[in-house]
Amino acid sequence: MWQFFHKLGSPKWFFGIATRFMPWLLAAGLLLLAAGIVWGLGFAPKDYLQGNSYRIIFIHVPTAFIAQSIYIMMASAAVVTLVWRMKLADVFVKAIAPVGLVLTFLSLFTGAVWGKPTWGTWWVWDARLTSMLILLFLYGGAIALDRAIADEKSAARAVAVLLLVGVVNIPIIQYSVEWWNTLHQPSTFKLTEKPSMPAEMWVPLLLSVLGLYLLFGWLACLRMKTEILIREQKTRWVKELVLAGRG
Amino acid sequence: MAFDSFSAFLAMEGHGPYVWACYGVFAILLGGLMIWSRRRHRSVLAECRRRYQQQDQRANKGQTKTAATFTRVEVSQE
Repeated sequence: MWQFFHKLGSPKWFFGIATRFMPWLLAAGLLLLAAGIVWGLGFAPKDYLQGNSYRIIFIHVPTAFIAQSIYIMMASAAVVTLVWRMKLADVFVKAIAPVGLVLTFLSLFTGAVWGKPTWGTWWVWDARLTSMLILLFLYGGAIALDRAIADEKSAARAVAVLLLVGVVNIPIIQYSVEWWNTLHQPSTFKLTEKPSMPAEMWVPLLLSVLGLYLLFGWLACLRMKTEILIREQKTRWVKELVLAGRG
Repeated sequence: MAFDSFSAFLAMEGHGPYVWACYGVFAILLGGLMIWSRRRHRSVLAECRRRYQQQDQRANKGQTKTAATFTRVEVSQE
């Protein structure tokens, strides 16, 4: 266990593993996402209440779900940065923050466009939408803070503290649809219950969530490798690797 | 298939613009992020390679130079 933990902290070890897994992540991710989207757009039955606009769900739910889970992963990495000062944890945070930003934006955008034909408005200032907008600002704030501080270690610690303070927003997003009156519909997937949708609707949704998750994994590996190259370029192993053409 | 024809598929009973706008923006942003990340990785790699090669060249030159500077020159002391 501790040996594994130690290895996980080693940029060299991670670089090798990531290179090996990336083609599989990319292929499986694209395949699952494409399957989910094609199924959802063309073959799933239409919603009796919302009509065809509900087909936006097949990208809205994956982006929103993964945007939140990226934040939780970043906050966990922030704890590792603060407690164990592990190099790779900070590399992870820095590499995936922009991915979280893009996915949060996408979930807000698709939600707004879905809201227009369904609720009759692009935007309401209710709990779910507002807390999701705060998540967008948290991502933006973490990226800006990291860029504003020149010293790598102080930047990592400042970003970690910001991320941990922002964790309070995650349960608010999660339970906002139950605690307050809102236009937003309740969660599609719950751990404890069977989905209220028929299988022809939730299976493609599950496929696109899994597909986007794998693509996120690919993006995380790729962007972490870039960050490792930048940080470790003075080391012998990076030099050997780059000159051998195995980047 | 949930639709009778391709045009019905595009129209989505009037919801087409909303649905396709979402999928379009999703494809552009996600694809853009993936392509941009990959290009950035390649350019960082190329940058590193160039720097290493320059370093090596400089190191080689440096060696020949030092070899030249340290050749003993006999000067008559008279």
